Amino acid sequence: MAYVAIKGGGQAIEGSKAVLEYLRTRQGARARPLQADTIENQLRLLHGRVLSEGGVYHPRLASLAIKQAQGDSLEASFILRAYRSTVPRLAETELLDSRKMRITRRISSAFKDIPGGQMLGATTDYHLRLMRMELLNESPEQFRAISGEWFKNLNVDEIPDTFPKVLEQLRKDGLLAPLDEQRGQQSPFDITREPLIFPVSRSAALATMARGEQGSLLAIAYSNMRGYGDVHPTVAELRVGYLPVLLPHPITGQPMEVGEVELTECEVVAMYEADGEGGKPLFTLGYGACFGHNEVKAISMAILDRSLQNGIQHGPRNPSEDPEFVLLHVDGIESMGFCTHYKMPHYVTFQSDMDRLRATQAKQ
Amino acid sequence: MILAQQFGFLDEYAKKEIRRTSLKAVAIPGYQVPYSSREMPMGRGFGTGGLQLTLALIGAGEVLKVIDQGSDDSVNAVNLRSFIEMTCPGVGTTRVTGEADLIQSRHRIPEKPLREDQLLVLQVPYPDPLVVVEASEEKRKQLHGEADYSRLLVKLYEDIVKFDEITISHRYPTRINDHYVIDPSPIPRWDVPKLHMSKALVLLGAGREKKIYAVPPYTKAEPLAFEDKPFRVEAFLDEQGRRRACARCGCDNSFLDEYVDSNSGEQVYRCSDADWCDEQLARQTAAEVIYG
Repeated sequence: MAYVAIKGGGQAIEGSKAVLEYLRTRQGARARPLQADTIENQLRLLHGRVLSEGGVYHPRLASLAIKQAQGDSLEASFILRAYRSTVPRLAETELLDSRKMRITRRISSAFKDIPGGQMLGATTDYHLRLMRMELLNESPEQFRAISGEWFKNLNVDEIPDTFPKVLEQLRKDGLLAPLDEQRGQQSPFDITREPLIFPVSRSAALATMARGEQGSLLAIAYSNMRGYGDVHPTVAELRVGYLPVLLPHPITGQPMEVGEVELTECEVVAMYEADGEGGKPLFTLGYGACFGHNEVKAISMAILDRSLQNGIQHGPRNPSEDPEFVLLHVDGIESMGFCTHYKMPHYVTFQSDMDRLRATQAKQ
Repeated sequence: MILAQQFGFLDEYAKKEIRRTSLKAVAIPGYQVPYSSREMPMGRGFGTGGLQLTLALIGAGEVLKVIDQGSDDSVNAVNLRSFIEMTCPGVGTTRVTGEADLIQSRHRIPEKPLREDQLLVLQVPYPDPLVVVEASEEKRKQLHGEADYSRLLVKLYEDIVKFDEITISHRYPTRINDHYVIDPSPIPRWDVPKLHMSKALVLLGAGREKKIYAVPPYTKAEPLAFEDKPFRVEAFLDEQGRRRACARCGCDNSFLDEYVDSNSGEQVYRCSDADWCDEQLARQTAAEVIYG
């Protein structure tokens, strides 16, 4: 009988786990299990995405999460995020200065030339998306030869340690408001320790988007780009690299470098606004940053930061300017969880639904 | 294998926050208290709000019951229970409502009346009853503060005009202690009267929406209705207008699950609350033994 189907749930779950585990290994006898290092390096962009959406910079566990989740980025980010719940927050980092980033790529679409120069770095932007059939049967020797040769022809000493920010020039020219040093002293809003209560601070909005799901951020930002909004951004600077992380020394309290995180950062400049106090109009700014190398996410976030600020200032005129709409719908772990939950039994509520429909039908 | 092995999975700061939030929820009956809500190792929407309450409130030596759709054996109940067993050593589990100190439930309140020393935790997908009439949380917060539920009442009125019936089947808006209207979680209307002057504390946890609220013991819980259109629970009447009974235990005053018997093709009704059904059956068997 159907009723029996909801009994024996424990057995069903065990069976389901077993078949999932079989599928992970189905490649068979000649297969070698994926190594965490392989995932971190050969699937580096997926790996970065999971670090970013998981919201905790733990490269090794991010690799493990991807392996466990069999490549599902939402599921992998979720595993990493759940791990985060078990660890207390021990310290707050110093304010990190992204001018100190060790750059692997930086570009500006605002100026032909920028101080320090445009550095195209690793990007698929100008690659033809053609199948590289030779990679199907790539030999380990060929594979290793590429990385082995790489540094031979590079003059590493020629590369500067840091690059100036494009925005500094705009500030110097009076096209952008000067840096508000005081805001750097404010304590950031920690979305992992405090609930979002609207209206929320910009810090809370940025933190929410920084671990938001790439596709969700992109979709809402794209709605703004297409016409449900009018940010019209120019990428003043997009940089990818490694940012040193400083923590106070446990004894001396002096800031000390404890490591670095791979980060993508994007600053967009948007249409100017009068400052309302009779001053000169200035360009406006949108900011995006996320763990890992993920330019689509950083740009989407920067556009949304700008559109949300517009919405806060003038009242939201479309979804991308509405803080509740954007911030409560971009978290992948939350949205996928709720989407998935519809597969759970809803016998009781459906029974109630039928009761109402039958009562209503009887009256018509 | 879980890396962290602390009791109750969550770190102590998280548990402390949940306990403090719960106290506030009890102090302001029906008010949705925001909290940060940690990610659990199961999906948002699978009872993470209820689970966080349970993990923060249960202690070694206490006895837990977990039900989903009235059943201790449905997949999600099994999953939640085994996770709690794994992370809370020393916590006992039971399927018997009367034996439990803490009951975590999705979509049902047990049929057997709860006692003062018991605690009911309900899993909540949508904490705010106003969401059907107002999408913005910021605006809803103000409406709640002013106890302005006129738009909900208009919705009920419109239902009556259109269908001559209030169409809300579950998650029935219920006014607590004469002020805040809550979404009592997707329990059927059948269960709503159990909240009124309940002897047990009822805590409601919405993990994804990051809210905790409470119906404290001996507190008024009144479903929204009109004087001439009273609130009504599910009827379970057959074609002749008689109350249907459970095909297994014969009980005619419990919430019933309806399904089609895959062998006979007939419609069958059985108690949704598995423990209640067992108890009724055991009672009959005992009576048969006595009266032969």
